[in-house]
Amino acid sequence: MSDRRYPETVADGFPAPPTEFTDREDRTVEIRPYEDTEDAYESLVAMYDAFDPSDRAQGIPPGGEKRIREWLDAILGDDCYNVLAWCGDEVAGHATLVPDGDAYELAIFVHQEYQRAGIGTHLIRGLLGYGQAEGVRKVWLTVERWNRAAVSLYKKIGFETSNAESFELEMGLRLNEDEGDEDEGDGDGA
Amino acid sequence: MKVLCGIGGSDDSFRALDRTVERAAVANDDLTVAVVDNDDSAVAQAEVMERAREAIDDAGIDADVRRVEGDPGSRLVEIAEREEFEAIVLGGGHTSPMGKITLGPIAEFVLLNAKTSVTLVR
Repeated sequence: MSDRRYPETVADGFPAPPTEFTDREDRTVEIRPYEDTEDAYESLVAMYDAFDPSDRAQGIPPGGEKRIREWLDAILGDDCYNVLAWCGDEVAGHATLVPDGDAYELAIFVHQEYQRAGIGTHLIRGLLGYGQAEGVRKVWLTVERWNRAAVSLYKKIGFETSNAESFELEMGLRLNEDEGDEDEGDGDGA
Repeated sequence: MKVLCGIGGSDDSFRALDRTVERAAVANDDLTVAVVDNDDSAVAQAEVMERAREAIDDAGIDADVRRVEGDPGSRLVEIAEREEFEAIVLGGGHTSPMGKITLGPIAEFVLLNAKTSVTLVR
């Protein structure tokens, strides 16, 4: 939708994946762009199949393996950007950018077993670094206003509230200059 | 049951219309379809009225279709109270490209302010 508002200034550079770090539970976690292999796909399905329904947000992830697969098929397309947090051969978290007109809608999920360990911050920074390197300009999201952990994460990253009139907050971030402000290219300022 | 179905022309409102009409045919509801002025809708009010009448004719039921001017949420609540409707039915929300559901301002207002039960159709 064209009437969404975004910050005027472009966000700082985010690190492009792959990156690796040790989480607060001393686990080695790797952030990597999603590769379309059966192993990666099934590991992601397994994460969502074991996802606590109380952490669903606005209807996603859906419940039940069949609906999880349908949803993933829609957001793992070639026009989307997907990043996974891997702990060994297990998917700990997933973040995605799905195209919406001239912008992208963002969502991020970290499995309950891996929450409160700093993975979400690395994961969203990795996703934004990936999108930034690929030339994504604007990102928006909605978040339930009572979800304070998520809201503070988004604020820390640089998202600004663009609409606070509904149950859900809408937030926006500018990753690269709009077209015309600079030459075609990566546009990274690092 | 005396049912007030509020529609403004969004996709989810048409889904609510179809389901409510279907149910009315089976349950013999006393149905009124209120076509509200939804700024977020791309479909003109006259066209929405037409869609509502078609749905009602197709189902072979007798229902009232009326145009409602003014602020949609508060008008629906007011009509439901004044005319003693037992339930209000609305669309269940817009689905984003991601698959996230967001409720529009009309549904929010009605949910919080109606004295009747409110059904959001998914």
